Amino acid sequence: MKLDLLTSVYVFMLAAFIGFEVIRRVSPLLHTPLMSLTNALDAIAVVGAIILAGEHKSNFSAILGTIAIVAATSNVVGGFIITDRMLKMFKSSGPKKS
Amino acid sequence: MTNPMGVDTLIEITYLIATALFILSLKWLSSPTTARRGVFAGEAGMALAIAGTLLHRGIVDYKWVAIALVLGTIIGIPLGKVAMTAVPQRTALSHAFGALCVTLVGTAEFYLRAPNIAPFMMAVLSMEVILGSLTFTGSLMAAGKLQEILPQRPITYKGQNFVNLALLGIAIIIAVTLVLHPEQTRLFPAMIFIPLIFGVMLVIPIGGADMPTVISLLNSYAGLSAAAMGFVLDSKLLIIAGALDGSSGFILSVIMSKAMNRSFTNVLFGGFGQIQTSAAGGQEARPVKSATPEEAAAILSAASKVVIVPGYGMAVAQAQHKVREMYDALTKKGVDVTFGIHPVAGRMPGHMNVLLAEADIPYDKLLEMDQVNGDLAQTDVALVIGANDVTNPAARTDAGSPIYGMPILDVDKARTVMVIKRSMAAGFAGIDNPLYYLDHTLMLFGDAKNFVGNIVRELAGSAG
Repeated sequence: MKLDLLTSVYVFMLAAFIGFEVIRRVSPLLHTPLMSLTNALDAIAVVGAIILAGEHKSNFSAILGTIAIVAATSNVVGGFIITDRMLKMFKSSGPKKS
Repeated sequence: MTNPMGVDTLIEITYLIATALFILSLKWLSSPTTARRGVFAGEAGMALAIAGTLLHRGIVDYKWVAIALVLGTIIGIPLGKVAMTAVPQRTALSHAFGALCVTLVGTAEFYLRAPNIAPFMMAVLSMEVILGSLTFTGSLMAAGKLQEILPQRPITYKGQNFVNLALLGIAIIIAVTLVLHPEQTRLFPAMIFIPLIFGVMLVIPIGGADMPTVISLLNSYAGLSAAAMGFVLDSKLLIIAGALDGSSGFILSVIMSKAMNRSFTNVLFGGFGQIQTSAAGGQEARPVKSATPEEAAAILSAASKVVIVPGYGMAVAQAQHKVREMYDALTKKGVDVTFGIHPVAGRMPGHMNVLLAEADIPYDKLLEMDQVNGDLAQTDVALVIGANDVTNPAARTDAGSPIYGMPILDVDKARTVMVIKRSMAAGFAGIDNPLYYLDHTLMLFGDAKNFVGNIVRELAGSAG
């Protein structure tokens, strides 16, 4: 148990470093799509909500889990749709492809 | 129970692939040429992870899961199709939804596990629900202000910081008590309720111009609360997704705070929105020069290099499509037109870029502040549309100005400056802008959309 938690701390730390390095390279041009995309990815929390609602350990937890799924799913769906809509609009000038 | 180990391994593999796809997704987002591939990778990872989760052996009741997934999709589709001008409030709203999900799951986990919760587990669980609840109400407040349901004006009162810190302090004391005595379950509702109030209080003093920082900060909080949820559920996938979102919001907060010349701690403790209207004096009518659309069009056509500086006013006036027509007309005449975009222009990071891209302006014409500032001295005309503080030379010259030290677009260095503005009334932050009184500045009074439309008509007329 203790080791598991420690592993989780390592995972968090490494992920934060990766996030920092990767996101630092994102052009300011795309900061709005960046935010909507990370938002959609963050809604992976839906996974926890699905298990909570599906396991139905108590009525209380199942109800909260169900509401949580609705909230997170709307972020997944809405977040990906709007990110793609925004990115579709970014066009380079001229037909040159380099 | 046929080969349950196999299913568990399969689920873990879907999570592993999803994690890799999420990281690739953000990596591909770094350039506009690969960005859409990034969205696809994110979608694939998400679909895989959800499919894997549905195989989970513990799930006994699929009915409500299915209903909730469908309902979430029904709500999500319109949220994905809002107008581009509404993207800031949509983003704030989605931070609220994300935080709601995390808070609800945290709450349910607490009541399922109490009183047998190890101290470290209780600590991350507390962090999850505290960050989740304050992000929930804070983001709803931000969305309300951006949608103009709530007053955009900052609401401040004496001892505000004390009240806020006290609320946060009480929430932390409750969390520590619960870590030591997880059997005190009746304390738990207070640990949700107080941060809910704190979230409201945190955003009340924020004005519209500070929204980019606040949204980034709330983004970071939402990510961190999701990562904490990952610790609680022992889900590496969630820890990583939360860490990525948290660091993204964090980086954006730092960029925004630098662009507004706020210190780092200032951002961390939410001490934003404190620009007071110190513009007491200097209200005597100083002479300004103004020009008509005909004159503006003539000056623009005679220029060889034009830099357009858009701000939130352009978004409010919905002028981006007229700006595009003007860009076309001038480019056709051989004028070199680029856009200078300040990091905090608009209401969220990158807001102006999205609006201009929507109006079909090529993204290689949208330049960052540092790229533009070197060129402005060689620029014939700098045209400011609906931007104010980000062009205020007082930030460079007047140590007494509330925005002194803030990096600005040096439009005053251009040979001619033209500013489209409704009237001479002071801007949102109430700071006087000496730019307007310069000898080579022409004020173009009117609604941005109409005025640019008139310029376009003049440009077309003179061509024919």
